[in-house]
Amino acid sequence: MKKELICINCPMGCCLEVVYDAKKVTAVKGNECPRGKDYAAKEIFHPERTVTTTVRIKGAAFLVLPVKTAKPVPKDLGSGIVRAASKIIVNAPIKAGDIVLHNVLGTGVNLIATRTAERA
Amino acid sequence: MKLNVDALVIGAGPAGLGAALSLKENGIEDILVVDREDAAGGILLQCIHDGFGLHRFKEELTGPEYAERDVRSARENKVEILLRTCVVDIINDEGLITAILLSEEKGLVRVETKALVLAMGCRERNRGNIAIPGSRPAGILTAGFAQKMMNMFGHAPGREIVILGSGDIGLIMARRLTWEGSRVKAVVEAQAYPGGLNRNIVQCLHDFDIPLYLSHTISRITGTGRISSVEVTPLEHGNFAPPGKRFSLACDTLLLSVGLIPENELSLRAGVVLDQATGGAVVDSNLMTSVPGIFACGNVLQVHDLADSVSEEAGYCGTAVARYLRGETKKAREVPLKTGNLVRYVLPACAEAGKEALISFRPISPAQDVVLTVRTDTEELLRKKERKVFPSIMHRIRIPRVPETAAYLEVSFASEEK
Repeated sequence: MKKELICINCPMGCCLEVVYDAKKVTAVKGNECPRGKDYAAKEIFHPERTVTTTVRIKGAAFLVLPVKTAKPVPKDLGSGIVRAASKIIVNAPIKAGDIVLHNVLGTGVNLIATRTAERA
Repeated sequence: MKLNVDALVIGAGPAGLGAALSLKENGIEDILVVDREDAAGGILLQCIHDGFGLHRFKEELTGPEYAERDVRSARENKVEILLRTCVVDIINDEGLITAILLSEEKGLVRVETKALVLAMGCRERNRGNIAIPGSRPAGILTAGFAQKMMNMFGHAPGREIVILGSGDIGLIMARRLTWEGSRVKAVVEAQAYPGGLNRNIVQCLHDFDIPLYLSHTISRITGTGRISSVEVTPLEHGNFAPPGKRFSLACDTLLLSVGLIPENELSLRAGVVLDQATGGAVVDSNLMTSVPGIFACGNVLQVHDLADSVSEEAGYCGTAVARYLRGETKKAREVPLKTGNLVRYVLPACAEAGKEALISFRPISPAQDVVLTVRTDTEELLRKKERKVFPSIMHRIRIPRVPETAAYLEVSFASEEK
């Protein structure tokens, strides 16, 4: 089978021509760097994305705290993760990198803060 | 707070902080950074998505994470940052630069400085800039303002969204709103190609099956009180298609992602000359504007695609300001830079003979299989094949040494000889 993909690893956005069978990618053309090959393999069989959103925060100088999944998660989980995050309220102080929610939606991936919030 | 400094930096985003840190690294201690917001970091604080830092840090960061690294370095290097402070005027009196600051903490103060770095960033084009006919209901916002509402204040701008313009901010907001449960019905783009990066077309539109109408525009806005629909019109050779080909999309919100304008009102007050093509200051190879002692970097100079490239420019600017302050900018002969075939603009306006030049430029339109050349009146300095070029991707090249005899430097893209 053949598929055209655009690599999303970096702003270059290489146009990839991917040949694959039921189990694996057999050839990738058009990638300017090795990450394009890895992306093609992932994207064909297990597409993943990093999800970023916000949670509510109390006691900080601002109202909502930006968070992200510490690692990419299966791409169709975006809305579910954002919904789960919308139910959370955290308290300042919190440091960028601190875990806000363990094992979000059973993915084994944590939701972490991406901004430091001192107590205001 | 000192009222007399070596360098005053306006703006504490990646440009201002980058310039300040570079000044410190170059031994200039007496500097002050001012910013009108509550926190340092600039627009990065509302850009909660990832994709920042790939070039500079070799890892993928979100906007707030990228900003935090600069803010932390600034703190470690004892850079004084005065927040909630607006610069209301700049007075340039024969080499003495005075800035009038309005600060929540300090009140109205005058700060005299030997050098000034403009790092105010840019703002968004709005409905007034693009003149869409129709009524004037609520629910029409710029994409960046919607981003601020959602990511800084936790308010969704609406439920049924249409986005005009395919700039990166609009694309990022399409994904953000979809994840939050709003329905993004379409992204409408007047050009025949997307304004944003390919990766954002994929991960923000394709991932959610959001249609992208290229060569289409919004020809009418309808709604009383709140926007209720927009009329989408195909463009045929730049003109509106006949009414039969138009269609209507119901929506409660229209986001505009139709370009950015460097925010240069202050620069103009200081007498800085602007470039029509970039909307930023005309600068020499030290990023010094037409006013001696006033420098510019980041989005106030030219709208960048990446924070990484803003930081790079800011570092370069800080070094140049430090040289200026030490009296080391003894000028060599200036060699003007020219735009050649397919080049929309080139920055700086001139390089110095015998010295290094860092040149930024963008193509006018997308092109394939072209050859990028930089040449003088007598010789070719650089020749590079480019498989694809896009106006959405800025090019930046370094010429190690501008020839002493060059009358000019010209940057151009030529079709590849077959």
